Amino acid sequence: MAADPTLINWSLLALDPPGWGGVLLAGLVNSIKIAVGGYALGLALGTGGAFGKLYGGPVLKDLLEVYTTLVRAIPELVLILLLYYAGTDLLNQLMTALGHGPVDISGLAAGIFVIGVVQGAYSTEVLRGAIKAVPAGQIEAARAFGMSPTQIMRRVTLPAMLPHAIPGLSNLWLIATKDTALLAVVGFSELTLVTRQAAGTTKAYLLFFCAAGALYLGITLISNLVIRIVESRARRGMAAPA
Amino acid sequence: MISEESTIGAMALTDLPDRQGFFKPHRIALMAVAAALVFCVVWFMRWDWIPEYGGRLAHGVGVTLLMLFGTCILGFLFALPIGLVQVTGPWPLKMLAKGFCTVIRGTPLLLQLWLLYYGIGSLFPQFPAIRQSFLWPYLREAWPYGVAALTISFAAYEGEVMRGAFAGVPRGELEAARAYGMSRWKVFRRIWLPRAVHRALPTLNGETVLQLKSTPLVATITVIDVYAVISKVRQMTFLTYEPLLLLALIYLCLTAILVVAFRYLENKIPTRGA
Repeated sequence: MAADPTLINWSLLALDPPGWGGVLLAGLVNSIKIAVGGYALGLALGTGGAFGKLYGGPVLKDLLEVYTTLVRAIPELVLILLLYYAGTDLLNQLMTALGHGPVDISGLAAGIFVIGVVQGAYSTEVLRGAIKAVPAGQIEAARAFGMSPTQIMRRVTLPAMLPHAIPGLSNLWLIATKDTALLAVVGFSELTLVTRQAAGTTKAYLLFFCAAGALYLGITLISNLVIRIVESRARRGMAAPA
Repeated sequence: MISEESTIGAMALTDLPDRQGFFKPHRIALMAVAAALVFCVVWFMRWDWIPEYGGRLAHGVGVTLLMLFGTCILGFLFALPIGLVQVTGPWPLKMLAKGFCTVIRGTPLLLQLWLLYYGIGSLFPQFPAIRQSFLWPYLREAWPYGVAALTISFAAYEGEVMRGAFAGVPRGELEAARAYGMSRWKVFRRIWLPRAVHRALPTLNGETVLQLKSTPLVATITVIDVYAVISKVRQMTFLTYEPLLLLALIYLCLTAILVVAFRYLENKIPTRGA
């Protein structure tokens, strides 16, 4: 292998320390952790946001509108920087005010927080559109049965909106996995950053960036398979889309 | 792949609040709170660096806009054939276009950018033919790689949209054109392309805003856009928040201008029933 330096040196991808494969996989695991955490946080924020935007009071509606407008108009990279510094700063000030020393916030928690806040705005919009697609008569019928708002939400609105929400939500999941790459800019060692470090150390840029690309593509393709199964299950009993 | 259109509106600002019925009692109170916040930000934070860096900031905004419009126009031109061959092309081209869209949409833009700049860019100097060609002065700079990555990305996302748009033009219209005796090329030029572009226009607004939101990534390969200027300010002044807040404001204004411009354009294009 060492005879021709222009040939691809596959041993660089070995899992054990002389190779960088293990480091890349650890980065991948970090990326997936952040994507899953951020997506879950985003879904929670988005569900609350969508219901607040549709059924909340005027002040809440306007505040949520400001939130989604800002996140949809400002680049993720800028938001991530702002939230990363502001979030850690605020938490530290809070801890000092409460009489504790400054805490060391793990990059993982900060990453999940920033991706979650960004995803929250996106899923607010997706879920709001899906809830609006539920025929009003179904919700009125539930109300006529005397169900409380939480019962209506649990029994009618959420299950009925799910088929409408799944294409958008699955797209958001794919976006969450790709947005984790932006955390490389704040120095969190997820897949893209460790790839760059590995490439910079070994000078095998093409090999490592292509390997990382293959890993990201793998996440996307596997996700697509799962999404197709989930979608066909959520759509059972509905007419096929025209 | 999942259709892109379901989330464009959720990720990119495509509409501004309307003026009618904007002023309600609670909004006046909210605006008072917002004004107080803005006053605090202006009064208590440090903004004295703005005059010093104003010229560079304006230049950075210019670079950002140049990147945005250049890559959107180039990307759209590439998206047309990518969308078209997926609908009507022979299967090798179809598979190629589909694979291209899947790979580009399945990997982060930042990774693609770094692959082009650090990976491909580091290969070029090894070939004397390239070093002596007229392209070399450009290939040594960073911006061609930024333009290439952003163009490829826009072409892949918009190609997916164009595929749907080409497929969505009603068969009857194309058959009618054929019945008039138009050649295949004439049908494409007169009916299929204009109708498909018309159908894709609503998503173009969102895609352009998304592209604006992607442009700051080129700063990571040393292109001096507005984001890079702000990073420089942060290094020089040791300020954490002020430059970032200004940057957010700049992008907010750029997005708003784009949205207004697209709304103006959309009103210019006649639609049925409007």
